[in-house]
Amino acid sequence: MTDQTTIQAVEWQRVSPKYVVVDLIGYLLSGLLFTGISFVPHFLFGWDWAWLIPVAVGAFWLVMVILTPRRVRAIGYALREDDLVFRKGIMWSREVAVPYGRMQLVDINRGPVARAFKLSELKLVTAAAATGVVIPGLPETVAEELRDHLVTVAETRRAGL
Amino acid sequence: MTDQAPEPIPQADPAALAAQPGTTGLTDGEWHRLHPASPLLKGGIMLLAIIGFIVYNFRDTLLNTWLGGPEEEDPLTWLIETQGVGLIALAVAGLLVVLVIGFYLSWRFHTFRITDELVEVRSGILFRTHRKARLDRVQGINIVRPFLARLFGAAKLEINVAGQDANVQLSYLGSVHSDQLRAEVLRLASGTRQREAAEQAAATGQPAGIVEQRVHELLAPELDPNAAPPESIVKMHPGRLVGSLLLSGTTVMLIVMVVGVLISVLITRELFWLFAFVPAVLGLGGYYWNRFTKSLRYTIASTPDGIRIGFGLLSTSNDTLPPGRIHSVQVSQPLLWRPAGWWEIKVNRATKSSAQDAGAGQQNTTILPVGDRNDAMRVLGLVLPTMTTEEAQALLTSGLISRGGDDGFTTSPRRARIWHWFSWRRNGFAITPEAIVLRRGAVWRQLLVVPLARVQSISVTRGPIGRAMRLADLRVQTVAGPIMPYLTSLDETDVVRFFDEASAATIASAQNDTSHRWRSAGQG
Repeated sequence: MTDQTTIQAVEWQRVSPKYVVVDLIGYLLSGLLFTGISFVPHFLFGWDWAWLIPVAVGAFWLVMVILTPRRVRAIGYALREDDLVFRKGIMWSREVAVPYGRMQLVDINRGPVARAFKLSELKLVTAAAATGVVIPGLPETVAEELRDHLVTVAETRRAGL
Repeated sequence: MTDQAPEPIPQADPAALAAQPGTTGLTDGEWHRLHPASPLLKGGIMLLAIIGFIVYNFRDTLLNTWLGGPEEEDPLTWLIETQGVGLIALAVAGLLVVLVIGFYLSWRFHTFRITDELVEVRSGILFRTHRKARLDRVQGINIVRPFLARLFGAAKLEINVAGQDANVQLSYLGSVHSDQLRAEVLRLASGTRQREAAEQAAATGQPAGIVEQRVHELLAPELDPNAAPPESIVKMHPGRLVGSLLLSGTTVMLIVMVVGVLISVLITRELFWLFAFVPAVLGLGGYYWNRFTKSLRYTIASTPDGIRIGFGLLSTSNDTLPPGRIHSVQVSQPLLWRPAGWWEIKVNRATKSSAQDAGAGQQNTTILPVGDRNDAMRVLGLVLPTMTTEEAQALLTSGLISRGGDDGFTTSPRRARIWHWFSWRRNGFAITPEAIVLRRGAVWRQLLVVPLARVQSISVTRGPIGRAMRLADLRVQTVAGPIMPYLTSLDETDVVRFFDEASAATIASAQNDTSHRWRSAGQG
């Protein structure tokens, strides 16, 4: 118990596997965009070494794209008795516990790509801006059920700020 | 005035006050008006500034007209030449009439009411605004008395509600009423009903005569003797205040600047560098003076409805923080203060004050500008009333001055010393039944306390290097403010243990927390 090095939860809920595609599209688009922009010094100034910039930028985004399935698999949340635990990240990992009574409101957002895959993103807002819990890639029905559930439990455990 | 409204206007009528000793009668759920001088105090200063600006700009023309001199072309000369004197007089008179009507209307339309649940303010002539705030969300009540308003016997009452720019301002009220009204609003916010409030209120005798009363108010100590025990638990010596300002980081900056300028002068042999220095000196002088006057006459005292903090010499500010409204506390000691053993205490609150008059930015979050360790411990006892047991006091003391080691804190392992050269022994946390205590910094000592009932969430982060070194960072999220409760480079197993224990303790204490209704819950 005291020797564990990762947060244990009864069962981690994973986000939809379809979210890999959504995330992949996002990373591919921004990767192409930034790689394209990084060609500018090459064409503008014609320095000999300027071609290295797009190569480096492209390689960075390629790694991001390749790691996407793993990164999506690393996203997880667990509904414990009195709080919600959220985790994400492989290189830079982050785990957050938010007591239900602290939730001020629950948002559901849908991006254009995610909407095509019928996925939603759930955002928890507490009185602290730094809490920053956004659960992406939830199927629409799951997101709505989760929101209703969270709102109900938050109401029963409501405390002052 | 052609005022036929049946609504009472207690501010303008001292007799109404005498009829109801002990209460202002403002919390009866009816609509009330503000102090009649309010528009003048709010807008009049602007008006004076505009007149001053005009006079300043046309000074040359005026002087030339009266004393004779070369004529210059500007709007005023043009007006005078085209027999505009009558026109000007007419315009000025018209402007005055419009202003007076505007002031009167804005006063007429600015009403407020306070019920058992809500405080409501309606204002605006063309664009009406109507603001309602729930009393059980009150984060504090601040009474600000700018110098000019004090001369009129008026005060600004600001009811702080959780959120950015979500405050309800009652500017201005009669100075005497504001203290009383604050007590009544806090009493309502605490969960006590209206009728009981009236019964609880004790009769207070006011000195007769308007002039006498003004003089009394101006000279009287900031705290109403009936509303608060007048004994401040910290005595602020002006000498210590001066010393703390002189030993601040700003002074270090100043010295660096002086040295830089001297070197520039010596190297370039040009004296103009000295003049480049003048604005900075003026600015810094203003800063020192501001800090000094604002922290002068500092008082902090405990009242049944929370901590009362007073500041200010000419413009005064007096803030009341009800229990359970402090989201985190930081005690810190810059290196230069260490020989003197001084500490500064700041808090995070769920509100941002918009009042600028009495240095809101400072006093709203700094609750002890400077004090020795005893002062700091006394103030800590006040803001964390549950941590006055002997163990908790010992923990806080070791949090302040301990160099590290086995003193109740779980600290960074030795391998973290490449990240914290001097402070790895001190860098650590402790969880008590009431609060999370974080300690960091050996050069710039800091002790952070977050009451468990106010924790919003807890997080653990790890980067690639930390993972390789089996180190992790932890962070406690509270409302936004000057304090960021986090610790870096702790042993992973310790951090995971912290995560489990702290999240469980947070839930437990949030369920038992009743401080938002502090009186009905039977808490002091």
